[in-house]
Amino acid sequence: MTITLLKLFWSFFQVGLLSIGGGYAAMPLIQEQVVQRNGWLTLAEFTDLITIAEMTPGPITINSSTFVGIRIAGMPGAIVATLGCILPSCVIVSLLAHFYFKYQNLLMIQGILKSLCPTVVALIASAGLSILLLCLWGEDSISVSLLQKINPVSLVLFVSAFVWLRRKKPSPILVMMVTGFFGGAVYLMFPNLG
Amino acid sequence: MKTPLKVYWKLFRSTFHLSAFTFGGGFVIVPLMKKKFVDELGWMKEDEMLNFAALAQSSPGATSVNVSILVGYRIAGVPGAAVAILGTILPPLILLSMISMFYQWFRENLVIAAVLKAMQAGIAAVIADIAVNMGRNVTREERLFPWIMMIAIFIAVHFFQVNVLYLILASILVGILRTLWREKRGNTL
Repeated sequence: MTITLLKLFWSFFQVGLLSIGGGYAAMPLIQEQVVQRNGWLTLAEFTDLITIAEMTPGPITINSSTFVGIRIAGMPGAIVATLGCILPSCVIVSLLAHFYFKYQNLLMIQGILKSLCPTVVALIASAGLSILLLCLWGEDSISVSLLQKINPVSLVLFVSAFVWLRRKKPSPILVMMVTGFFGGAVYLMFPNLG
Repeated sequence: MKTPLKVYWKLFRSTFHLSAFTFGGGFVIVPLMKKKFVDELGWMKEDEMLNFAALAQSSPGATSVNVSILVGYRIAGVPGAAVAILGTILPPLILLSMISMFYQWFRENLVIAAVLKAMQAGIAAVIADIAVNMGRNVTREERLFPWIMMIAIFIAVHFFQVNVLYLILASILVGILRTLWREKRGNTL
């Protein structure tokens, strides 16, 4: 139990420490810790978590630490994981604020952020791609070449949602609700499609 | 100067309320905080809030937690920061605990399972859209360097499963070296 709590703390400490750029920047880090390293969630469960996080208020990191923590070690797990997640913020924000008010110079910080931004974009793209492959080919998405095995409902939903987002810039929550409604209805009416 | 208890309570209530009703996360909370703490309560000036927002975004972790730390500290020191953090993390902590406890039961429900499955495609589209927007933003001023970084990192993480930790540390190092090199040449960014 203690070891599990320590593991939770350390994993989310890394998430909190490395997720620079806010919001979606944390997603690939959470995926790495929770799915690849510790196997606390399957990729499908992780995708559910991102969906839930998108539809509820609060930062994705806190949402994830609570969700994973409670499933692995109950309420203590949720609290320990959340603490691990915010501890680096507390320390680094205070340090940066101190230097900023002392020197009023953000040049080095800006320089670092400039080269971090492309990295964050690439990491998000990679996490997004793994979710896309999951919804098109299911859990064992290695056989990408098998075009005939593609899930047609997911493909239509993805393409139309993407075009809608690019053209009209609707809010993500609205997009999720509409895809959930129409796709859900199709899956319920034709269960063999899923 | 001792901070009256009323200030802590107000700080807690404000951050709790903001966190509970801010959907979409991240930067959305900054204008709302500005409205609350600058316009309504008059606890700080607008340019302070903007500096806090920039600092919060430059720091690791959730932007809303970071802004709360700075605002709380500015208003009532370390205890203020603690109160602001508590107010910010309690709503998602409570809500997600409940969702997490019911998740298995929730997931076995046929209707919810179908809706969640369909939403996978939706979230994939949302993330793809965000990646495209962010990719455009980072290639606005400069082209070659961000593209090389993006492609290299993408290949490293997606095809070679390189640990994200090393990739981020490497990018920070590149950023430091580039900044030093530019400063040496006398260029500004």
